[in-house]
Amino acid sequence: MTLKEENHSEENLPATPHHEVFVAIDGFALLFDVLKSSGFQIVGPTIDQDAIVYDQIDSVDDLPKGWTDVQKPGLYRLNQRNDDKLFGYNVGPHSWKKYLFPPNVALSIGKKNEDGWEFQEAPDDPPKLAFLGVRACELAAIRIQDRVFVGGDYVDSTYQKRRQRILIIAVNCTQAAETCFCTSMDTGPRCTDGFDLALTELDDGFLVEASTPEGKAIVDQLITLEVTRKQQQSAELARQNAVDQIKKRMDTTEIRDLLMSNLEHARWDEVASRCLSCTNCTMVCPTCFCSSVEEVSDLAGENVERRRQWDSCFNLEFSYMNGGVVRDSTRSRYRQWMTHKLATWIDQFGTSGCVGCGRCISWCPVGIDLTEEVAAIRKDAP
Amino acid sequence: MISNASKMATDSPRSPSLWVPKTVVIRKITPEVENVATYHLAFTDADAAASYRFKPGQFNMLYMPGVGESAISISGDPESPELLDHTIRVAGNVTRGLTQLKPGDTLGLRGPFGSSWPMGQCVGRDVLLVTGGIGLPPLRPAIYQLLKRRQDFGNLHLLYGARSPDVLLHQNEFDDWKRSGLTIQKTVDRSVFGWKGNVGVVTLLLERLHSFDPSNTVLFCCGPEVMMRFVARTAFDRGLTAEQIWVSTERNMQCAVGLCGHCQLGPQFICKDGPVFRYDQIAPLLTVEGL
Ligand SMILES: Cc1cc2nc3c(=O)[nH]c(=O)nc-3n(C[C@H](O)[C@H](O)[C@H](O)COP(=O)(O)OP(=O)(O)OC[C@H]3O[C@@H](n4cnc5c(N)ncnc54)[C@H](O)[C@@H]3O)c2cc1C
Ligand code: SF4
Ligand code: SF4
Repeated sequence: MTLKEENHSEENLPATPHHEVFVAIDGFALLFDVLKSSGFQIVGPTIDQDAIVYDQIDSVDDLPKGWTDVQKPGLYRLNQRNDDKLFGYNVGPHSWKKYLFPPNVALSIGKKNEDGWEFQEAPDDPPKLAFLGVRACELAAIRIQDRVFVGGDYVDSTYQKRRQRILIIAVNCTQAAETCFCTSMDTGPRCTDGFDLALTELDDGFLVEASTPEGKAIVDQLITLEVTRKQQQSAELARQNAVDQIKKRMDTTEIRDLLMSNLEHARWDEVASRCLSCTNCTMVCPTCFCSSVEEVSDLAGENVERRRQWDSCFNLEFSYMNGGVVRDSTRSRYRQWMTHKLATWIDQFGTSGCVGCGRCISWCPVGIDLTEEVAAIRKDAP
Repeated sequence: MISNASKMATDSPRSPSLWVPKTVVIRKITPEVENVATYHLAFTDADAAASYRFKPGQFNMLYMPGVGESAISISGDPESPELLDHTIRVAGNVTRGLTQLKPGDTLGLRGPFGSSWPMGQCVGRDVLLVTGGIGLPPLRPAIYQLLKRRQDFGNLHLLYGARSPDVLLHQNEFDDWKRSGLTIQKTVDRSVFGWKGNVGVVTLLLERLHSFDPSNTVLFCCGPEVMMRFVARTAFDRGLTAEQIWVSTERNMQCAVGLCGHCQLGPQFICKDGPVFRYDQIAPLLTVEGL
């Protein structure tokens, strides 16, 4: 019919890494029951206060059926779709990091008795969670945080414990927002790795791909059909549609050296004149991991808990030391954020800290777009 | 594509929490100078005491429940870790809170953390220890090690500066150290009646220093960042290279294990990649304002 379809004739179909089955839309509700009976609480996309957020969901009815998002620098809006797609949007202000790296978590407890202080780990028994609707860039973000929290010499046990108790059900994007640039970061839009199940949404159901025994065990309890060639082709077209819609680019060639050799570039002053140091970009970013610890004690001061909260390099006190702050200007704080994300992260963890999800662009109140900041600095590079 | 490098770690059995301090009891508090005291700490748990080892230049996180945690270098002898010395200057909430405590009181301690002074580099070479004020305690463990195996090293010099004579630390040990083979020169910014020593910044001592072989010398420096930069510059003038200089840096720290993000300086986490760095690895970062 179309050129595209010809291009995707059978021999050109990219090999599906794992066996796929078809689950009809009517049978999708069963997934919720199977997950619950397998001991999982389900978290996934749902609408709250004019945005698609991640929260506990109970049934298909909680999904943003028939909604989509429109995103631009400094803008996020929901629109009604002209179909009943359950996953017809991209990423919103939340990310899965809130479940693996909670915004506020107890770390240790101190109790004072007659012998003095005694310390123990704070009780922590996170539930088994099924993440439903994880996008390719978000899989990449989880892999990045894995490196940060469990990939080095020091393992964060709160993250590790949660990470070991999740089941990941990914969804291949079939459209892209104006703010998406996963193709530049080599993280999407296709889900290739790091999930238990991956779905591709068609008009009448889902192609479901299991990549782990845990995922396979779930699929085995669903009502499935063999995938027809036509379904395979529609899925491929739908996934290609996302690729085609991605217009935003970031040139990452030698980006580490580019940024680190331009620490005094005039562009930092220019962006600082717009940036409000509001911390939004760091809160929505699925890989940002900075935190601070605070004391919570009872009135007598004999039972003290230490709690960890998300913090941001945009906060003035973040670099407080010896009665002053090291990064005392917005220029130095924006520069810290962006050079960490795109440059020094590579030194530290062997990967970029950015997955190209575009959240920081949409949720920046003044619409600062890091891809433009990189381009501005690159423009002046020799 | 980011590979699943950490698959192993996410699948491996659960790691112990890095956040639970061990209880230590204050055995003794030695007042040093105004607003500085050395706290001699011992673990209450025998296993913790038996397994604890530290290297010169490493630090602990000392925790005063309800107040907070502070990074404090260990200032005692690495070969006697049964009593852990921490020489602390009052700077804010935690360090002030500690002054309310007395022997027998308990605290939390996590550590040891961070890199250490490269003692192996000193063998067969002259060693210059250049420091100011509260920068001496983090070098004290290195001094103990150097003096214990004095014959392994060339000339040993301590160049120590302070605001005024009354805030020079560890004076009661200087005679011992001199007898054991450490040359000590002191200088103060402000002289007082009766002071017969040098007046001026510590770099002046380095400018005038003789009896060391620049081509076969290592220099350890601990102090404020500006001081370290000036010391390095003077050392270059005296013929040292950046590869012969080590400095101890500081930044706000919450976790001490590279997970909270606070202590970053460019690619380095001061807590786990530092605090001790060879100067060539850190100098380009120290000169960028607000990095
Ligand atoms: C590796 C290292 C070794 C150190 N060794 C010593 C030592 O041997 N003796 C000594 O007196 N001091 C040392 N310091 C400095 C000491 O950590 C600070 O003076 C202390 O944390 C101040 O805490 P506070 O609560 O009293 O002050 P506040 O001003 O109330 O500080 C609040 C919090 O900010 C952070 N903070 C403030 N200043 C610093 C700082 N300079 N470095 C790191 N975090 C800071 C801490 O988390 C502190 O709890 C060292 C710092 C580092 C990084
Ligand atoms: S820096 Fe921005 S685009 Fe990159 S991962 Fe974070 S939020 Fe997404
Ligand atoms: S870049 Fe935008 S979102 Fe980030 S701190 Fe500045 S104003 Fe806030």
